[in-house]
Parts: sequence; structure tokens; C-alpha cells
Amino acid sequence: MKKPRNNASRSARRNLCGALILLPVVTRAQLRVEITGVGGQQFPIAIAPFAHEGAGAQDVDAIVRADLARSGLFRIIDAGAQPIAENANVNLADWKTRGADALVIGSSRRLADGRYDVRFRLLDTVKQTQLDGLSYLAPAAELRLTAHRIADRIYEKLTGERGVFATRIAYVVQTSRNSWELHVADADGANSQAALRSREPIISPAWAPDGIRLAYVSFETGKPVVYVHTVTTGERKAVANFRGSNSAPAWSPDGRSLAVTLTREGNSQIFLMNADGSNVRRLTQSSGIDTEPVFSPDGQWIFFTSDRGGGPQIYRMPASGGAAQRMTFGGDYNISPRLSPDGKLMAYVARRSGRFQVMVHDLVSGTDSPVTDTARDESPSFAPNGRLLLYATEVNGRGILASASVDGRVRTRLSGPSGDIREPTWGPYIK
Amino acid sequence: MQYFARYARSAVAAAAVILMVAGCSSVKLDEQAPAPIVDAGAGGAGAGDPRAVAPVTAASTQGVDPFTDPKNPLSKKSVFFDFDSFVVKSEFQPLVEAHGKYLAANSGRQIKIEGNTDERGGREYNLALGQKRAEAVKQRLLLMGARDAQIETVSFGKEKPRAMGSNEEAWAQNRRADIVYK
Repeated sequence: MKKPRNNASRSARRNLCGALILLPVVTRAQLRVEITGVGGQQFPIAIAPFAHEGAGAQDVDAIVRADLARSGLFRIIDAGAQPIAENANVNLADWKTRGADALVIGSSRRLADGRYDVRFRLLDTVKQTQLDGLSYLAPAAELRLTAHRIADRIYEKLTGERGVFATRIAYVVQTSRNSWELHVADADGANSQAALRSREPIISPAWAPDGIRLAYVSFETGKPVVYVHTVTTGERKAVANFRGSNSAPAWSPDGRSLAVTLTREGNSQIFLMNADGSNVRRLTQSSGIDTEPVFSPDGQWIFFTSDRGGGPQIYRMPASGGAAQRMTFGGDYNISPRLSPDGKLMAYVARRSGRFQVMVHDLVSGTDSPVTDTARDESPSFAPNGRLLLYATEVNGRGILASASVDGRVRTRLSGPSGDIREPTWGPYIK
Repeated sequence: MQYFARYARSAVAAAAVILMVAGCSSVKLDEQAPAPIVDAGAGGAGAGDPRAVAPVTAASTQGVDPFTDPKNPLSKKSVFFDFDSFVVKSEFQPLVEAHGKYLAANSGRQIKIEGNTDERGGREYNLALGQKRAEAVKQRLLLMGARDAQIETVSFGKEKPRAMGSNEEAWAQNRRADIVYK
């Protein structure tokens, strides 16, 4: 079955769409970062080593640099090894000559009480003006977070979009044959903390829109059961523990409902329930597999994986159930849909010639593009600003996390604990 | 009495010494003429010994556990599947028939069927595939007379592989549904 679509109209639509996306960028005339994807120019920025004083204070500029590089929107210009504090006199014309359109300088100082005084300035080397300047007083435990916040400020000043570096991610680590941990970490994978340890598998974590609760599947009772876990308190509840397997939890955008996959009536089918597990009703009625539900950001649709046409393909249906429409047509194995926050892109995993790769499907133009060049990708997850994808893949037989710009141009391996890492999910903005 | 007891103890001790000495001398005799002495000793442990104990395991049919007797199809509890398949192959018909009939005859017994997949592909989709395999085995057991309430089908997907390794041999071991009696 081929998707009935005229090529000419598709490319016309794509061009129109490109122009529309460009408009808001053009209206922010002072922002020179193009964020429309492949072919867009990366913004050249230099981040000088921060002047630093005291243990632990030396890491800030490196974190900021890594964050901005990972976004795919910036080209990091070598700033040398000489620290430049925020109050230093710098010759901006020199930096312009070195190729940087912006320069970040700053300092990080450990105070007597153990807190850190962190300051930075963002300077425009072209107009020779300051774009931003701020100082933070951070407890030791929040030094990394402060660096991520500085990266977010810079990102927002230069792109007009909110940064995601201070958000959190969750993922699963298998530390031995009989040991699994659910971790919460910074968006760069660092600073991870175990929210749950188990002697049985944990899969499919999903952040609630509040950024505090996680839904996931735990096998601790000898079969898959869906739990909702409040990360701040450790309080947890089995919300779907029916006869058979319970899996694939997905939050509605308002956080009040969960779509889940249950097998209580035979094969895997999608059900909707209140977030506390009450009011369960069946949404799909197929004789095969329907699973991996995910809500569109406007709450109108549920995208899911189904083998109703033979192999697994992605479909969507109204969030209250009803007729499903097939969304993927290339290849015979397309699974794990995730929607971008603006609802325009769908990331998924495609099997092509035995390789499993993260793809992005443009729901407006209908085009598909690969994001990665790895062969065992799983679980794509959009950043809350839609510009980056987090996913699991394998390197030398070990599971790792990676992030990629949605155009696939910049891919970065995230840091993480030792063990087999998988099942990443990117959390929302936290107020 | 006390005196007698003490005397008796010394008498036993003295006898022991005499026996030890006698033992020593018998070794000497053995060396001189080993054959007759050895024969006498060996003869005591022979088949005719009234003190012999021959261990025997009762062969009563009532005592055989059908789930561990390798001759009984009930002892087999794993059904293996082809790649991307949910078809219970004909070679597993005796297994399915045995468990189905056993459940039909023992309505108090309950089982769990645990579906598994190989490591290739997504975790949730594999969970659903494993479920489909467990469900396929369940349908066959129902045909043999087992009742729905006796069987819970669950899936571990690719999360609990029996065989580690990324090769066809390991994958074939992991494409499996296990019958587990509760």
C-alpha cells in the first residue's frame, strides 16, 4: 500500500512550510541563529574559560560549551586556555576576527559558606554590545544546574527560543543480570540519581506533565505492571495491574489520564484510564497488537503502533477512540512514535535492512528523514522545545544514551553511570 | 564398687594394649603368609553377608512426578517459535496436549504462560509479541479442555533472555513461551 500523495504538491507544500517556519526567525532580526534545519548555518560563539577560584568551580564554562554544542545550533570557536572574567576588558573586534559572533566570559568562585558565586556576560562581537549579564548564588548541589541555566539564557538570547539544558531526563540502567535502576538526571545525562532499584526489569518510563511524577512498567511482581511514582517523595502506586500484561503508559497533556496497553481481554490493546487507575475503558478493537500509545500535544489524537496490516506500523486515532489512520508507509517495521511539542514532527524507530534507526516524519509535508547512523536505536524522546531528540542506542554491545538535533546534523553521546543504559524520556520544563 | 570400677577400667585398658600388640603381630603374619588372611577378610563383605544393605528406590508409579519425569511430556514446559512467528509448531503438539489434558483433569491447578522474544526490535513491541506467543499457547491448551480461568498469559518481551548473546542460537532460545505452574 502506497500513500496516495502527489509529489509536486508535496514539494510545494514543503517549500511553503519552510517559508512559514522562517518568518518568526526573520522577525527576530537581532537573532542570527537559523533554526530551520539542514542547511541552516550554525552560529559561531566563543565561550572563554571562566575565571575560577576554589574546588569544583572550574567546570562551569565546559558545561555551558557542551550544552550549546549539543544543541546543533552553535559552532564553538576555540577561545584558548586563558580565563576571562566577566569584568575583564576585551577587544570584541579581535573576537570577531577570530570568527566568533558572540563571546561569553565569566567567573565562578567558591564562597566561605560552600556556595558558589557564578557570573557571566554574553557579548555581541558584531555590534560590540552586551546581550546579557547575570550573577547567581548557587548551593554546591546546584552548580551544574547553574551552568545549564546560563546555557539556557544564552540559547534563548540568541535563538528566541527557550533552552532545555536545565530540564531533566529519566532512563533505565541495567547494572547486572538481576539489577535494574530507574534514574533521574540532568539533560546532559550527568548528576544522575536512582529513583528506583529493582531485581526485575523496568521499562517505558514517561514523565507526567508536572515533571514530578513518572509512570513506568515494573516486572517486580513477576509480570509487567504500570506504576505511577512521585519522584520527590518516592511514593508509588500500581495503577494498572490487571490479569495479563500491563504496559506502555502515556500521559495525556493535562496529566489527568493515562493511555496504557492491557492484555486483560486477549492480545495487547490500548485502554484509557484516569491517572489514579480508575475508569478504565478500551480504545482499540483489533484482533492483533495495538500498543505504544502517545498523545498528540493538543490532546486530540493518540498515535500508536499496530500490526493490523501485517507488520508493525504507526497509526493514529481520535483520543477518545475511533477509526485509525495509518501514518507510516516506508518499510515493514515502524514503531515507537513520539510527537514534537508543536505537533508537527513525529519521531519513530524504523527497521531498514536489519538496522533500527530513529527517523523523523514531517506530519505537514509527509517526508521522512533519518536522524542517526547507528543500528540499534530505541525510544526516541523530544526535548520540550522540540529541537533535540534523546534516544537509546548501542555502542560495543553496551546501551548508551545519545541526543541528536532533529535534523540529525549534530549527535552527541551523553554521559551516564556504568551499566547498560536504555529507555530515556525527556522531562518537561519545570516551573 | 569404686575400687572394682577402677580395676575394670584398667583391665579394659590392658586388653586394648594386648589387642594392639596382637594387631601388630598379625601384620607380621600377613607379610609371611598373606593369602589365607586376606581371603578370610574379603569373604565377610561378600553377597552372602547377612549385614549387607542394598539401597533401592521405590519404582511405584504413584511416586513419579509427571513434571520431572523426562519420559512424560508434562516435564517439557517451553514452546519455541520461529522468527517473527506465533505459530505453535507441530513438534510441540505432545507438550500442548499433555498440559491441556492435565489442566482439564485437574481443575484446581493454575498456570502462567510467560512469552519471550529475541533481543531485536523495540521493547514495548516485543512485549506485545511475547504476549501473542503466550496467547497462542493458551488457545491450544483451551482446545485440549483447559479452562480460561486456569491460565494467565503474561510477557517478558526481550527483558529476561534465557540465552545471552547476539546470534541465532541465542535468539532461538529466547523466542519462547514457558508454562509455569502456580
